Amino acid sequence: MEPIFAILVGAFFTVAIYLFLSKHIIRVLMGAAILGNAVNLLIFTAGRVTREVPPIIGGDSDALSDFAANPLPQALVLTAIVISFSFFAFLLVLGYRAFQELHTDNSDEMRVAEPMAEPSPPTGY
Amino acid sequence: MAGKSEPLADLSVAYTMDKVPAADWLVAAPVVWCILLGAILLMLRKRTDIQPLVAIPALGILVLMTFALLAHVIQNGTVTMTMGRWLPPFGISFTVDLLGAFFAATSALVALGAGIYGRSDVDDTGRRYGFYPFLLLIMAGILGAFMTGDIFNLYVWFEVLLISSFGLLVLGSERKQLDGAVKYAFLNLVATTLFLVATGYLYGLFGTLNMADITVKASELRGTAPLMTLVTLYLLAFAMKAAAFPVNFWLPASYHTPRLVVSALFAGLLTKVGIYALLRILGMLFPFEREELSFLIAIAAALTMILGVVGALAQNDIRRSLGFLVISGIGVMMAGLALGSPAGLSGAIFYAAHSMVVMTALYFATGIGARLGGSFELTSAGGLYARNAFLAAMTLILFLSVAGLPPFSGLWPKIMLVKASLDIGAWWLAGAILVTGLLTTITVGRIWVLAYWRPAPGEGPATMVPASLSAGATIALAGLVAVTIAAGVWPEPVMALAQDAARGLIDPSAYVLSVFPVEASQ
Repeated sequence: MEPIFAILVGAFFTVAIYLFLSKHIIRVLMGAAILGNAVNLLIFTAGRVTREVPPIIGGDSDALSDFAANPLPQALVLTAIVISFSFFAFLLVLGYRAFQELHTDNSDEMRVAEPMAEPSPPTGY
Repeated sequence: MAGKSEPLADLSVAYTMDKVPAADWLVAAPVVWCILLGAILLMLRKRTDIQPLVAIPALGILVLMTFALLAHVIQNGTVTMTMGRWLPPFGISFTVDLLGAFFAATSALVALGAGIYGRSDVDDTGRRYGFYPFLLLIMAGILGAFMTGDIFNLYVWFEVLLISSFGLLVLGSERKQLDGAVKYAFLNLVATTLFLVATGYLYGLFGTLNMADITVKASELRGTAPLMTLVTLYLLAFAMKAAAFPVNFWLPASYHTPRLVVSALFAGLLTKVGIYALLRILGMLFPFEREELSFLIAIAAALTMILGVVGALAQNDIRRSLGFLVISGIGVMMAGLALGSPAGLSGAIFYAAHSMVVMTALYFATGIGARLGGSFELTSAGGLYARNAFLAAMTLILFLSVAGLPPFSGLWPKIMLVKASLDIGAWWLAGAILVTGLLTTITVGRIWVLAYWRPAPGEGPATMVPASLSAGATIALAGLVAVTIAAGVWPEPVMALAQDAARGLIDPSAYVLSVFPVEASQ
């Protein structure tokens, strides 16, 4: 199972990096969403993919059975999903606001903060 | 429900019913305090007049807490508190050693300065957008990062400080800010994602996320596991956070756009969290891999400092110049990490603390100068000395300090680092540090001559009116300047602290002992 997941994770990363190379913010945004999912899958795979008993302690015992799945990667992925989702939401709004204010989503044309024709510092007193 | 059957495992190794000692609560207190006050300030969002009256005393108490924690750590050594009665490595530990406590105390001091300065710098609109809640929450993220003993938890604190920094960066939503924030947000997102990737791999290899546990297990796994890949990923992620060359371009694109107090806070604290993570992960957890990578880190460090200061030299906007000086300082700290010797690491730690205080104060001084009728543009600025000699003097002290000239705090860590590089024969690294110092002196000297010393262009000396500073701005600036002077003329305590902190990184047995007291004593 793991090799398939590894290839899938690799494909996700490839797509994300390809989209990140674009000059258009909207594509970069999609890249960010895919990158987040790539990492989630990676953590999920790193915690071994097995068909085991869910890590739930039954009413008649007070410890996990030996065959229980490892719950920690699931907790990590859950945290990472929440964080990457909220980041994506923020970036989406930020990208949209930037488009409204700057009238472009091309990062080459976003030069308000760093204007091309900035004067050089004075060379004399 | 529990206890009906025989336990399948010995539960006493997994959790404890002992009470947490009262002193250990000090470990969690600063973070809890920040989040609590952040929430309260969020409720007071519309009472813009009350906000600073709540936030500034709260930050003052935070300073007291972190200094109490520092004193506690100096006296009793590293302290650990594990959450929710679980024992490490099962529970999430907060482990504070000298390095974390020292950085936490310094950053709390800087945040107090920002809170006081923000009172006059952030108007009602900025306060309604949540300057003070974000300030407290970003401090929660920064302090959490300095204190946690769990690597995934470190990631979470990074995200806390990052999302608060987004809020601070776009405070007011001006065009410039949105432009800067887009670049800042995307590149920082990539950096934290790389950090998460590395952490995913780390969990796959080690099966643990507790830093002390990793430190112990790293020596067993070395040779069989691809630790080099892991450490290189961490290096890239944190170098990006710290704005080291060649992954530093988000910093000059964004740091001059927000309100000045926000720039000051970012310049002082955010990149240093990246340096802290580098010191912790590469310096303590994976020292062998750091040794292998040391040449690469040294080259990146030399390029960062030289290109940073050359960038600063080429700027007309004083704020952008300062942004490049932040980068240059990161290079100096990376040089200490590359050396890895006790002297190198302690130099890096001292320099980081110095840079936190001095860079923040420099942005404050620049902001006050711009408000006094000067400007951020070197072409049009001038006459600040005639307007207010006190401000000019304070700025000159900070400029000399950032350039590493005596008798201010920038001198000592640079001496430590130059000596440490010459000790191992890395003359080129020592040379890079010295050349950077020279170029920094030229850069800041030029800013001082143009913006402070010369009369304002188009204005005769007779028309110049003296202007006074607001009380809050003066207190914040003078307080931080006093710290840099004190650390400059009386460096022994800070130096001893930095050396002890570096020793704790190189020999982490005290750190491990603090997390696993039983195991280590057997």
